[in-house]
Amino acid sequence: MGITRLNRITDPIVQAGQCLLFLFRMLAGIRPSGSQILTVLQQTYLIGARSLVIIMICGFFVGMVLSLQAINALEQFGASDQVSLLVGKSLFRELGPVLTALLFAGRAGTSITAEIGLMKATNQIEAMELMAIDPIQRIALPRFVAGVISVPLLTAMFNAMAILGSVVFAIGVMDLDAGIFWSKLQTGIYFQKDFMGGVWKSFFFGGTVSLVAVYFGYSARPTGAGVGTATTNTVVLSSVLILIFDFIMTSFLT
Amino acid sequence: MEERTTSAGDAEAPVIQIRDLVFRRGRKTILDGINMDIRRGSIVAFMGPSGAGKTTILRLISGQLRPNEGSIEVNGQEISAMSNRELQRFRRNIGVLLQDGALFTDLTVFENIATPVREHTDLPEPLVRRLVMSKLNAVGLGGIEERMPHELSGGMARRVAFARAVVLDPDLMLYDEPMTGLDPIAVSTIRTLMRETNDALGLTSLIVTHNVAQMSRLVDYCYIIASCKIAGEGPPEELGSSSNPGIDQFMNGKVEGPIPFHYQPPGAPWGLLD
Repeated sequence: MGITRLNRITDPIVQAGQCLLFLFRMLAGIRPSGSQILTVLQQTYLIGARSLVIIMICGFFVGMVLSLQAINALEQFGASDQVSLLVGKSLFRELGPVLTALLFAGRAGTSITAEIGLMKATNQIEAMELMAIDPIQRIALPRFVAGVISVPLLTAMFNAMAILGSVVFAIGVMDLDAGIFWSKLQTGIYFQKDFMGGVWKSFFFGGTVSLVAVYFGYSARPTGAGVGTATTNTVVLSSVLILIFDFIMTSFLT
Repeated sequence: MEERTTSAGDAEAPVIQIRDLVFRRGRKTILDGINMDIRRGSIVAFMGPSGAGKTTILRLISGQLRPNEGSIEVNGQEISAMSNRELQRFRRNIGVLLQDGALFTDLTVFENIATPVREHTDLPEPLVRRLVMSKLNAVGLGGIEERMPHELSGGMARRVAFARAVVLDPDLMLYDEPMTGLDPIAVSTIRTLMRETNDALGLTSLIVTHNVAQMSRLVDYCYIIASCKIAGEGPPEELGSSSNPGIDQFMNGKVEGPIPFHYQPPGAPWGLLD
């Protein structure tokens, strides 16, 4: 009984260690070749470009709802012309990277885990090992790199669409002055502090989600239930990690 | 039919030599005291009831598992003493056909077969194409190179996997239940391919199977593995008429015999060796 309880505490630590070792194994074998670059591009298309629609739709509505809430709150102080500043700051610093990474975990992280898990269940990984091809380099690494590339780009699209949503609501619906809206955004948002802070975060979140996704796929039990559990674990763990790392990074970046 | 090969006692050194092999998973012994000599050019089958450790032997020979005791030498090289790099080099010379083909589902038939070529050689693209197409034609499937694996029937997928396994002309072929789930025509096709490729390229082939009828016409030598040990060995026709009740029951698919219908928990051997 005591050992079971102890295992419950030590298991996550062991998993975290194995996950980091997995990362080192991936990075240690990087040898950029034509075929590897091609695979990275293919994966960037599959997990990045194909997530664009959901990211853009969500971004647009997040921008609209942010403006709605901001205008409601700011109106009480007669400061509704500051709406673009509030929307911009919260988007670039926090909401853009965090929401994009959460959506990416749900859309692409799950598909990476399920795909690798199924490859394992259908002996494709074993076949690769027996052909003297390292599956970590061939399968895991391109998906990981594609995730690191995709999330910042998707964050940029999310932010752009959110600003567009904000424009549509604040200027189009609430009839705020377009000149004030854009000038507040231009003067109030700092490139290094606000914009780049979000960019660093999105690189880190992209790496976190895709590492968790490839690791859980690779370590999934090769059964239907095993792949299902691994997929769920990917969403749960990467979402929790994104929010924890967000706090840690924000406290260092600001 | 070509000359039958026997395993032990030949002047020519065996290509695979297994001595006093012991393999355990945790406290459970899977294989205990296995000795084998496999001659170059022969087709050898590992038979036995499901879960007897047949696939484990294949995994030990391919270096996926390491034995707890004993030695496995392939071409005079000890597998368990190989470093990872040596093991990778060794695996380039073996072809493996897994149970359901294990084709890469995200690649076309052509790319599946081309994968080992691209990975291990620097051949220019026209040569890769010619090599892949010649193997695909050899298995009778020229013209399907652009199809995806999910568009193939079970027999076709197995033939594509076969083409992929032999594309680099390996010295040693390992088959894990190569005919499971195939129709009789596909079984005959795969069997003919296995025999012809083995003889034409001078390979050595190891086949894990529990299907006696499908194999007896193909293989040169059989090992029956049961209760962690080699329960019987010899050419299939000899084993078929064996007086050992356990071998007789297995080879002739009898319900009555020393191999019990009910599962026996570990530690209670079912007496095939008695």
